[in-house]
Amino acid sequence: MPFSLLNFKALAPEIFLVLVASFMVLFDRAIRAKDFFFWTALLGTLVAWWLCRTSLGISFGESYTADHYGFFLKTIFLLSLFLSILISPVYARRRGFHFGEYYGLLYFAVCGMMLMASGTDLLLIYIGLELMSLSIYVLVAVDWKDPRGLEGGLKYFLLGSLASAFLILGLAIIYGRTGTLFLAKIHQHLSVDPAVLAGIAFFLVALGFKVAMVPFHMWAPDAYEGAPTPVTAFMSVAAKAAGFAALGRIFLLAFASAHPMWIKLLVPFAVLTMFVGNILAVVQTNIKRMLAYSSVAHAGYILLGIAAGTREGLSAVLLYLLIYAFMNIGAFGIVTLLQREGGVGESIYDYQGLARLYPFPALLMLLFMFSLTGIPPTAGFMGKFYLFRSVVHAGHPWLAVLAVLASVIAAYPYLRIVMFMYMREPERELRPAFSLSLWAALGISALGVLIIGLYPGSLLHAVMGSVF
Amino acid sequence: MVDLRLADFPLLSLIIWLPVAGAALLFVIPRSQEALIKIVALLVALADFAVSLPLWFHFDRHFSGFQFVEKHTWIKALGAHYFLGVDGISVLFILLSALITVLCILISWESITDKVKEFYIALLLTSAAMIGVFCALDLLLFYVFWEAMLIPMYLIIGIWGGPRRLYATIKFVLYTLLGSVLMLIGIIVIYLKIGTFEVPTLMRMGLPYGLQVLLFLAFFAAFAVKVPMWPVHTWLPDAHTEAPTAGSVILAGILIKMGAYGFLRFSLSFFPKATLALAVPMLVLSIIAIIYGALACLAQTDLKRLIAYSSVSHMGFVTLGIFSLTANGVEGAILQMINHGVVTGALFMCVGIVYDRTHSREISYYGGLATVMPIYAAFFMVFTMASIGLPGTNGFIGEFLILLGTFQAKKWATVFAATGVILGACYMLWLYQRVFCQKVNPNIAGLPEMKLRELVSLLPMLILVLWIGIYPKSFLSFMHPSVNGLLQHVQAAGPVTSITQLIKEGLHAILFA
Repeated sequence: MPFSLLNFKALAPEIFLVLVASFMVLFDRAIRAKDFFFWTALLGTLVAWWLCRTSLGISFGESYTADHYGFFLKTIFLLSLFLSILISPVYARRRGFHFGEYYGLLYFAVCGMMLMASGTDLLLIYIGLELMSLSIYVLVAVDWKDPRGLEGGLKYFLLGSLASAFLILGLAIIYGRTGTLFLAKIHQHLSVDPAVLAGIAFFLVALGFKVAMVPFHMWAPDAYEGAPTPVTAFMSVAAKAAGFAALGRIFLLAFASAHPMWIKLLVPFAVLTMFVGNILAVVQTNIKRMLAYSSVAHAGYILLGIAAGTREGLSAVLLYLLIYAFMNIGAFGIVTLLQREGGVGESIYDYQGLARLYPFPALLMLLFMFSLTGIPPTAGFMGKFYLFRSVVHAGHPWLAVLAVLASVIAAYPYLRIVMFMYMREPERELRPAFSLSLWAALGISALGVLIIGLYPGSLLHAVMGSVF
Repeated sequence: MVDLRLADFPLLSLIIWLPVAGAALLFVIPRSQEALIKIVALLVALADFAVSLPLWFHFDRHFSGFQFVEKHTWIKALGAHYFLGVDGISVLFILLSALITVLCILISWESITDKVKEFYIALLLTSAAMIGVFCALDLLLFYVFWEAMLIPMYLIIGIWGGPRRLYATIKFVLYTLLGSVLMLIGIIVIYLKIGTFEVPTLMRMGLPYGLQVLLFLAFFAAFAVKVPMWPVHTWLPDAHTEAPTAGSVILAGILIKMGAYGFLRFSLSFFPKATLALAVPMLVLSIIAIIYGALACLAQTDLKRLIAYSSVSHMGFVTLGIFSLTANGVEGAILQMINHGVVTGALFMCVGIVYDRTHSREISYYGGLATVMPIYAAFFMVFTMASIGLPGTNGFIGEFLILLGTFQAKKWATVFAATGVILGACYMLWLYQRVFCQKVNPNIAGLPEMKLRELVSLLPMLILVLWIGIYPKSFLSFMHPSVNGLLQHVQAAGPVTSITQLIKEGLHAILFA
């Protein structure tokens, strides 16, 4: 690989995102037609993706590696950004935060995620994480008239700073024991001793917090419920993917030789995450909280892919994250569609009789719910299949058995939504806010779920080639 | 490797995808055009049955391998294929599925008035998935069809079912899912051991004994729930009872056959040693199902619930025949699956016909129905006799072959199983007496006789009952080569090692797999 100190080309997408974001933040006052920002943000996402595609390389010594692994994750970030932007305008306009800063903050967050996905230096990963987190803290509370958003944002911020502290602590310990912050060099110098194990544990806690791993998931339901729904959609997918991007690179590259140690630490957390997430999802009556706990549970499944510790496991993680982006943003898109002032459309009881009033949105929601459950021929099944296969292949069939049992519990909350939509009569008049951009997001998500579910061949090929 | 005979024409694909195309067509028809929707659905189902008929006429009855085989790469990275084919074990189920779909549409013609479009879409998709299950020769493809069917079935029971439909439908899905996911892990383990999803290759693989037992149990979880075997049968009375008539007919006619088919296609041929080792426990479970199901029937006050419990008892005979591991037993079991589909499907249709008129399923609500609806009573009588197993009806042939086969293998099992036949006569005749004989209950005085549409939908079932009962050879001749090949394969794996060795190897497989 070419070694270059200052290869700015590899950083082109990040630089581009920062420039556009700064523009959107700075010129917000000057431009009255706020739809301009919507279109800029949408178009910018495509440009950023094109830049990611064309600018693979290494930069800043070995701090930044824009490889295929990074590219695949950036695709996921940008896809979720694109879909989240599409579902934003109507909601944002109604709640009064349809301005440049909103899109600018989304861009800054994605820029941080990209640094996490391609960072091969612990400090750079930390900076990426902070950039992402700070942007998302603000985004959660961007709808400042809603006290729940403020509460969620504050909670996320306070607990998030604690997680950052853990990350710094882990970073310091690892630096102290190995004398380097470069992942590849840590890999060479890592000798397993109690201090290093403590460092690894701190990393697991900090990144586990970002992906909502039990017992560090407490912030998730409040932040997800309080945040504006398009932001929830965005953070539930992209922030999680960023957390897994860093987890994957740090644990499978830097800490690869300590795999027999950290797998013992990770597996109990993963199992706990799957079961707690799914069981708590059963009793929720607010759809956003239900999806929050479901997102906790999905983090548990994905953690198994990391725990497998193999390239195949990591590629399964990548595939799952992409599929999760389609199905989860799709589901949140429907929530956005139905949501009204004063919490109307947030209770799962508001979904009663949806199939009678609005058959087509109900059908899409049905598709997303079955996909989240993991029933073929949807993409959710293929993601789970490939993930569990990698877990069995890595020699942990019993973990896979636990995972499928947890996924049976998960069937209940998802199918309950379908039950409400199709098998009950409407009680409340809902007035969905249809818009072309929202339909586009739902259409893309639904097509993604169906196409990957029926014909995942070429995508599987791509993820297998996307592991470092 | 089992012999394959490639198809010149993708007949099986056509049979699977025609209903899907029909469902897509229904999707674009406006909701208000209910009559058009029904007619299109019926035409699609009829066309599907028509294109499935070449299976009957062109099937080579002397060939033991798979025929009408189609194979294309599906997911290259996983080594999964779009791989279809039929043999003597599966071919009749495809014909039965196509036929039952037509009858289900006819029987629902007037009883489904709400969300008509969704109903026929769900029905056609169910039909496609069911036929896919019987055709698939790739494990992953099989699993996709197997699970995909849950989606329309969940909706059919939940949307158009009876008063307790929500409870029944979620119970059905959770039970089935719990079994299926364990099978999924089994499929993954097999794939990682052998390196292929292709059923014909896997049918002749030799796995270590301990692993065979574990995998047998994983697949057993899925199939036992579907059959359903005692003690995981409890979803069935609820689902059958609460489902709309068409849903009950599909459940009884095809869906629960998939479990028994799974035993024949996968458990027996993939895990012959485990099958031999676990045959006796399976026979015991079957006997419990036969007797328990029959006794439960005697206590029922709900028409549909009674017929549902009779399914538990009859499916006990099917699993008994399968695990007798004799040619007579297995052929009897396959025939009995067809019989049960025909007879119980017909009985559910009959119940649906009076339910449409009275909206009551209580047995005590009826009485003297034979005076009010004599033609209907005659039909019901024939199906009752077939359910009991009167000679001359199809039920006799199936049960007789099963009992004969079991007698050749395990005499004690036959003794217990035969009591099920006697109990069967008790509950069915008692039911007939309470509903059709006695004084005319004022509730049902003046009920109109069966309409032509209802008569037409029962007539094919009646013909099948008598045809199989009088000349079963035209059905049994399909099965001989395939069944013999299967049983030779199973017997060749024996004799099996002792149970202690088995536990030791099982633990070894768990700990060091």
